[in-house]
Amino acid sequence: MRFFIRRGIFYIVTAWAAVTLNFFLPRMMPGDPVSSLIIKSGGQISPDAINSLKVLFGLDNGQSLWEQYTSYWNQLFHGDLGLSFAFFPTPVSSVIQQSLPWTVGLVGIATILSVILGTTVGTLIGWRRGTKADAVLPVATFFSAVPYFWFGLIAILLFAVTWDFFPASKGYQPGLIPAWNWEFISSVLWHGILPALTIVVSSISGWILGMRNMMVTVSSEDYVTVAQAKGLKERRVMVSYAARNAVLPQISSFALALGFIVGGTLVMEMVFSYPGIGFVLYQAVTASDYPLMQGCFLVITLAILVANMMADVVYAFLDPRTRQEG
Amino acid sequence: MTTTAPALTNATLQAADPILEIKNLSVDYGFGDDPTHVLQDVSLTLNRGEVLGLAGESGCGKSTLAYGATRLLPPPGVIRGGEVIFTGRDGVKTDILTLNDKDLRTARWRDFAIVFQGAMNSLNPVHRVGTQLIDAIKAHGKTATKQEARDRAAYVLEMVGINADRLKAYPHQLSGGMRQRVMIAMALVLEPELLIMDEPTTALDVVMQRQILEEITDLRDRLGFSVIFITHDVSLLVEVADRIAIMYAGEIVEAADAKDAYLRPRHPYTRGLLNSFPPLRGPRRELQGIPGSPPDMAKLPSGCRFADRCPFVMDRCRTEDPALSRTALKMSEPERLVACHLHDGKASEVPAELAIQAPQK
Ligand SMILES: Nc1ncnc2c1ncn2[C@@H]1O[C@H](COP(=O)(O)OP(=O)(O)O)[C@@H](O)[C@H]1O
Ligand code: SF4
Ligand SMILES: [Mg+2]
Repeated sequence: MRFFIRRGIFYIVTAWAAVTLNFFLPRMMPGDPVSSLIIKSGGQISPDAINSLKVLFGLDNGQSLWEQYTSYWNQLFHGDLGLSFAFFPTPVSSVIQQSLPWTVGLVGIATILSVILGTTVGTLIGWRRGTKADAVLPVATFFSAVPYFWFGLIAILLFAVTWDFFPASKGYQPGLIPAWNWEFISSVLWHGILPALTIVVSSISGWILGMRNMMVTVSSEDYVTVAQAKGLKERRVMVSYAARNAVLPQISSFALALGFIVGGTLVMEMVFSYPGIGFVLYQAVTASDYPLMQGCFLVITLAILVANMMADVVYAFLDPRTRQEG
Repeated sequence: MTTTAPALTNATLQAADPILEIKNLSVDYGFGDDPTHVLQDVSLTLNRGEVLGLAGESGCGKSTLAYGATRLLPPPGVIRGGEVIFTGRDGVKTDILTLNDKDLRTARWRDFAIVFQGAMNSLNPVHRVGTQLIDAIKAHGKTATKQEARDRAAYVLEMVGINADRLKAYPHQLSGGMRQRVMIAMALVLEPELLIMDEPTTALDVVMQRQILEEITDLRDRLGFSVIFITHDVSLLVEVADRIAIMYAGEIVEAADAKDAYLRPRHPYTRGLLNSFPPLRGPRRELQGIPGSPPDMAKLPSGCRFADRCPFVMDRCRTEDPALSRTALKMSEPERLVACHLHDGKASEVPAELAIQAPQK
C-alpha cells in the first residue's frame, strides 16, 4: 500500500509541475504575441478572441501573476481552456474533445495489438532460441530501424494509390455524419485499417526483440530449470515461469516508449490527415493557435502521465517485489 | 565378491540393488566443431537407500554429471553417449536418456527430484511459495483436489520446519536458509525415490549448514529415499554420505566407503582435498590445500589429469591414463576404486599416507 501512496504522490506532483509549466510557457514568449497575431489576422479577429489571447499570455492588465495562476487552475477545473483561434469561436476543450477519441481509439487499439502480438511472437522465438524461428530476428531488426513516416508513405503509395484497397486519408468518408450507425462505423473501421496497420508494423519489432531477448535471459534462470525438472508441461514452463518474468521489462519499456508513441501518433495523423489530436496540434501550430496548442500539450502530457501510471500499477501487480520494496 | 578379482575395466562395482546406474556418460559443451569434452565415459552407481557423496573442486564436472544424468543440461551442453538406468521400487528399469518427452516429464520429480546449486534463485520471485509447491503436485496429478494439494504442500513445508502459513509468502520474504528448506520440501513433495542435491548448503553459513544437513539425514531415515549429495567440501560428506566419489577434471578418481575415504584416502587428489577443508567435527588438522588449479577442460593433458599438481607424479603418469580400478594394496578393499598409477601394482612403492592400513576388526 505504501508503494501506491508514494507513486500516487509522485504523479500528483508531476501533474502539478506539468500544468504549471503549461501556464508559464506562453508567458515567457518574447515580444507581444497578441499584437502580432492581430496584425497577422488582418483585423478579422473578435474582441472575445483578443481577450482570450490576452488571458493566455498574461497580458491581462491588472491581475497579479498569482491571481492569473489561481484563475488558470480554476478554469482548468471547469474544463475551460480558452477559445480556439483556428476554429474560432469553438472552445479549445470542444476541439480536443472531438479529436481525442480518434487518437485514443486508433492508436490505443493499434498499440495494444502491437504489444500483445509482439510479446507473444517474442515469447515463442525466445523460447525456441537457436532454431529456425530466429529467422524473424533480422527482419524485425530491419523494421525497427525504418522511420515511421516512411512506412506511412509507402503504405499509402502501395495500398491506397498503386492498389486502391484503402482510403489514403481522413478518419471516415467525407460527407458522412458521425452517428452510431453501421454506415458510419464501417467507414471509420475502413479508414482506420491502414494507419493502424502502419503503427503495428513499425512498432511490433521493438516488442518482439525486447521480449525475445528477455526470454533468452530468463530461460537460463534456475527457476526455469527447476520448473523443467519438476516435470511441468512445456507450455506451463514457458508461460508462467519464463514469459511471466520476461514480460516485466516489457512493461517498463512500454512506459518509456510512451513519448515515442505520442511522437509517432503526430506523424501518423499528419501523414493520413487523421482527425485526431495530433492533426489538431499540427493545425494549431500552422495557424499559430496558441490556446489550442497549449490545450493539446496539456492533454498529451496528462495522457502520458496516466499511461505511465497504469504501467506502474500493472508492474506492481505483476512483481511482488516492487510492492514491498518500492 | 572375491578379493582377488582382477582390476575392473568397467569402472563400477557390482551393486546389490542399484537405483541409478550411470554408464559411460559423455557430455560436451558446445555445438560447433570443437566442443569441450567435459565428461568422457563417466560411470557411477547409486544403491537404493544410500547417500552417495560426490566431491571435487569447482569446475570438475559434478553439476554436469548430475544435469547430464537427468537431461537438464543448459545449452550448449549435449549428451554424447552413455546410459542412465533408473530402477524403480517395482524393479522396472528405464534408461532416462532414451525416454520420450512425455515419459520423461512423468518420471521427473516423481522418480527423481533435484535441489539445485543455485537454490537461492531456484524459486521464481513472482510466484508464491505455495503456488510453486502445488505446481509440482498438480503436474503429476497425484492429488485430485486443490485442498489436498494445498494440504500436501503445507505438510512438506512443516516437515522441513517451516510454518505452513509461509505458503502465502513470496520468495523474497524468506531468508536464504528458509528458501533452501523450501527447495528441499519441494523436492520431497512427491516422495521421489531419488534426490539429487547439488551443493545444497554452499551459500549458507555454518550453523545453517549443520541444521540442513541434519534435516536431510533425518528425512532420509524417515522417508527412505536415495541421495546423491554434491559438494566441493569433502568434510561435509563424511557427515552425511555412506559412500563417496571424488571427481577431478571430469573423471571419477576415487570411489569408496565414506569413512574409508575420509580416514584412508588412496588417491593423491582425495588426500589433498581432505587436507583443504577443516573437519566439521573432531580435531583440527593443518590445512594445506592443493597447489595449482584444475586443468582447462578444453586443453586436457595426456596421461593422468592430476599430474601437474600431484606430489607423487611419475614419468608414466604423463603418458598413460590411469583406469578406475581396484587397488593392488595387500589389504582387501572390495568397496574401493581408484584411478592412480600408484595403486596398479606396477609402482615400486605406495607412499605411506596413501596406504594407511585399516584397523583389524
Ligand atoms: N554452459 C557451459 N558452457 C561451457 N562450459 C561449461 C558450461 N558449464 C560448465 N562448463 C564447463 O564444464 C566444467 C564442469 O562444470 P560444472 O559441472 O559446473 O562443475 P562443478 O559443478 O563441479 O563445479 C567446467 O570446467 C566448465 O568450464
Ligand atoms: S597417476 Fe600419477 S599423477 Fe596421477 S594421481 Fe596417481 S601418481 Fe599422481
Ligand atoms: Mg556445480
